[in-house]
Amino acid sequence: MQRFPCPFCGPRDEREFHFAGEAGKIRPTPSAAQSDTDWATYLYEAQNPRGPSREIWVHTPCQEYFIMTRDTVSMEVLGTEQLRKETL
Amino acid sequence: MKRVEGLGLIDRRTPLNFSFDGKPYQGFAGDTLASALLANGQRIMGRSFKYHRPRSVWGAWFDDPNAIFDIELNGFHEPNCPAATTYLEEGMQARAVNATPNAHSDIKGLLDKFNRFMPAGFYYKTFMWPNWHLFEGFIRNMAGLGRVENVAKSGYISEQHHATCDVLVIGGGAAGLAAARVAAESGRSVILADDHREFGGGLFRQGGLVEGQTPVDWVTEQLSAVTAAGGLVMPLTTAIGVYDHNLVGLVEAHAFGQAPSLHRIRAEQIIMATGAIDRPVTFANNDRPGIIAVDGALEFLARYGVLVGKNIAILSNNSLATPAAEILRTAGAKVRLLDASTGPFTAHGGKSLNAISQGTERIPCDTILASGGLVPLVHLWRHAGGKLSWRADIAAFVPAKGPVGMQAIGAANGTFDLDVSLSEARGENLPKSTYTLRPIQPDLTAKGRQWIDFQHDVTLKDIELAARENYTSVEHLKRYTTLGMASDQGKTSNMAGLAAMATLQGKSIPETGTTTFRPPFVPVPFEVYRGARRGQYFNPLKRLVLEPELRAAGAAMAEYGGSLRPAWFGSGPHEITREAIMARRAAAIFDASTLGKIEVIGPDAAAFLNFIYYNTMATLKPGFIRYGFMLTERGAVYDDGVVARMGENRFIISCSSSHVDGVVARLEAWRQDGNNPDRVFIHDTTPNWPTVTVTGPKAREILESLDLQIDLAPEAFKHMTWREGRFEGAVARVSRVSFSGDTSFEISVPVATATALWQAALAAGKPLGAGPAGVEALSILRAEKGYLIIGKDTDGDTMPHDLGFSIPRQKKTADFVGDRSLHTENANRADRKQLVGLMAPPGAAALPTGAHLVEVTLGKRRSIGYVTSSYHSPTLGHPIALALIEGGAARMGEDLTVWHMGKQSAAQVTSPCFYDPEGAALHA
Ligand SMILES: [Zn+2]
Repeated sequence: MQRFPCPFCGPRDEREFHFAGEAGKIRPTPSAAQSDTDWATYLYEAQNPRGPSREIWVHTPCQEYFIMTRDTVSMEVLGTEQLRKETL
Repeated sequence: MKRVEGLGLIDRRTPLNFSFDGKPYQGFAGDTLASALLANGQRIMGRSFKYHRPRSVWGAWFDDPNAIFDIELNGFHEPNCPAATTYLEEGMQARAVNATPNAHSDIKGLLDKFNRFMPAGFYYKTFMWPNWHLFEGFIRNMAGLGRVENVAKSGYISEQHHATCDVLVIGGGAAGLAAARVAAESGRSVILADDHREFGGGLFRQGGLVEGQTPVDWVTEQLSAVTAAGGLVMPLTTAIGVYDHNLVGLVEAHAFGQAPSLHRIRAEQIIMATGAIDRPVTFANNDRPGIIAVDGALEFLARYGVLVGKNIAILSNNSLATPAAEILRTAGAKVRLLDASTGPFTAHGGKSLNAISQGTERIPCDTILASGGLVPLVHLWRHAGGKLSWRADIAAFVPAKGPVGMQAIGAANGTFDLDVSLSEARGENLPKSTYTLRPIQPDLTAKGRQWIDFQHDVTLKDIELAARENYTSVEHLKRYTTLGMASDQGKTSNMAGLAAMATLQGKSIPETGTTTFRPPFVPVPFEVYRGARRGQYFNPLKRLVLEPELRAAGAAMAEYGGSLRPAWFGSGPHEITREAIMARRAAAIFDASTLGKIEVIGPDAAAFLNFIYYNTMATLKPGFIRYGFMLTERGAVYDDGVVARMGENRFIISCSSSHVDGVVARLEAWRQDGNNPDRVFIHDTTPNWPTVTVTGPKAREILESLDLQIDLAPEAFKHMTWREGRFEGAVARVSRVSFSGDTSFEISVPVATATALWQAALAAGKPLGAGPAGVEALSILRAEKGYLIIGKDTDGDTMPHDLGFSIPRQKKTADFVGDRSLHTENANRADRKQLVGLMAPPGAAALPTGAHLVEVTLGKRRSIGYVTSSYHSPTLGHPIALALIEGGAARMGEDLTVWHMGKQSAAQVTSPCFYDPEGAALHA
């Protein structure tokens, strides 16, 4: 059982979190203009890196989505950052 | 075998009676079943798994693979208890698991005579042809160990504890005790766990004094120091696994019949002081009863006062044999030392030993104690991802590069001398080790069967066969021969097996490699993992606010998509038909509270919903309601429901009952990832607004008597609009939407008003012939109308145009979830499965749900789709069905063949809407 740091709630057990996707994937828009290949890449291709991986996770009790960088080999959590862009 | 006066940690003032294979025995408090039987001269404690060879204990604790018992006490039965780790209790009735009728005379012992016909891979090779299932019953009957009762044990619940500490010390031997004391006295929070009742580990069996004290006194002093410094000591607690981020699972044993507790302890630092066990020596007949590990025999003597033999031969390759011989001689045995590195040796005797021979020399003995060197217990280290390195001087794998926050000390680290161990535990300079060993390897030329895995009957010949057939990788070797797959998971057999494979291939043991170590370290009941996560606590049911009223009205409650809802009202399933007819003739009153009520609020709400939904939602006007689909990005239909616009910046999503949590999660994901989360908010109010739905030709009349302060006239309050009214002073949101095909009103009110609303609706309906109805009747009504249920009438490939909803796909210009996926080659296929209705011929029974529609070409059947919903329609007087069929929309009127469980019938493709196709009733 890993321990992840929720930016709102602090360190919590892994089972309170859900993986939501690899970070950095951008939905191609306008989607109508995308080729089958581009769309398929967006849907199905994942980097699945060995080592540091930037991922989007959600802490289900508070529903905050955030970016977590973790090492997929050592399971070390390397850091978290908020998903939302600064709007100020 | 006898008790030796004055030795052992047992309480001789407390005798305990028990039985084994039906015979009565007596032991003492502090005995294990194994030690008590040995003390009574009962050596044979079980039969091996494959050949049913008679077996006695090899080890005195978890390293014994042989003695496995079914135990009953006070009506409680537990299968597969290791005799060496089960403490004796008054009245225990034990039986050897793999023996019929008992361990001493087992009828399957004959299997042993046929062993040459049962080599490694025997099952794989023999039972392949013509079909494994022909043999399965017979083999399953022979396989497995204890008998499992097919009843849940009441009250057998594992407590689940969670804790954290600075330092967790696993193993309470000399090294663990010393390390725990140092850590506790330096001010750190310490937990010290040991699997025995008594702390001390290998100290008792080593004999002599520890730093000038008796082992008992020294252990007592260390424990007092640890607790005085605030440490916690946990006896009877075995660490079964180390998991990510320094989480350790520990299982605490209790009295027999009480489920063990699971402790999940997160430690900053884990100190592994788990000790070492003897490696068996591979020689002919080395599985005979009376061949025991050297340290096992010393444990039996030191902890339980049991001397395992009178005339003992010690067959060892290491320096611990000499002090062991001294201890055993002092206890009264005659001991002869043999050098295991000189081989080959053969044991003689059947159920009792009479000699060991080397070449022509025959040495009479009743017991052989064997050791091929100490093997550090590195399992937990490997669980955590630590590396191992091979130390040739002690012929063992020891912990190398470690996981962060984990450290190995003492025998687990290959440090076998007491003084060196203590220094290591205290972080002092290390004295020189005195432990020495002469390497051994199995003699491939020796005559007779040489056992590698005692419990699973893997012999050196089996390893040779595996090597000959090229199963040389240790992982293949394990699976081909079942080496190390017994309930001891290779604790004893692993090193002997690796040594055998290495010898066969002319390689070294480190070149051969090790198999993966997996938790749990010792077998534990599944209950340990389950704990409180059962029944209601595993996945709590959602309960309706109106449940007491529904039950009072006679509801038969059942689970639907995670909620407890009325299936029907009255005495049995026949009420479903009555309720469906009532709904069409008068009106039905439903509890529809589980339908989603998810508010989407904010200046970006309209654009957000327009993106989330397949259908255009931006143009929906306040006061109106629109039906729509949510798709996955892959274009598949995920949910259907209606959206009501409350105002310019406020909408309510009413999704399917079972999708509320999923829809909220999707909305939140898109809101936070891709949108400005300060301009749109998601608020799930589903539990705050119970809903009573009234549907049927008399629905309006019922609503009129509820005094909702809404103009209910058909032209004033149209289908797919909503109004805000009042009920008994509270806000009542009334929506004209229908899942039945008749005029329907959904009335949602605050929780406190729900009971009054339900009762008022029932009272108003009664004189009109209307009453409550359950989910089952509603399912029939909606199928009559061709209204689909996502996940029942659709599958993971169904796209909206497969359901007849093509317009947004063709016309909607704004982006929406799944849009591009609706225009791929796959989405355009002509043979996509489309939703249609099916009619059986007059007089035929309803089609089975799940039945396939088949096309027969040249005598070969091919499925072209399947029945998704099927009912007898009481309103129409004939069966109706919905189906997903390839190119279904173009098959209207076509006669198809239905195939189900070998039977064939006929059906005709129709529109999915069987009831009121013009919609007169819906809009009335
Ligand atoms: Zn949180």
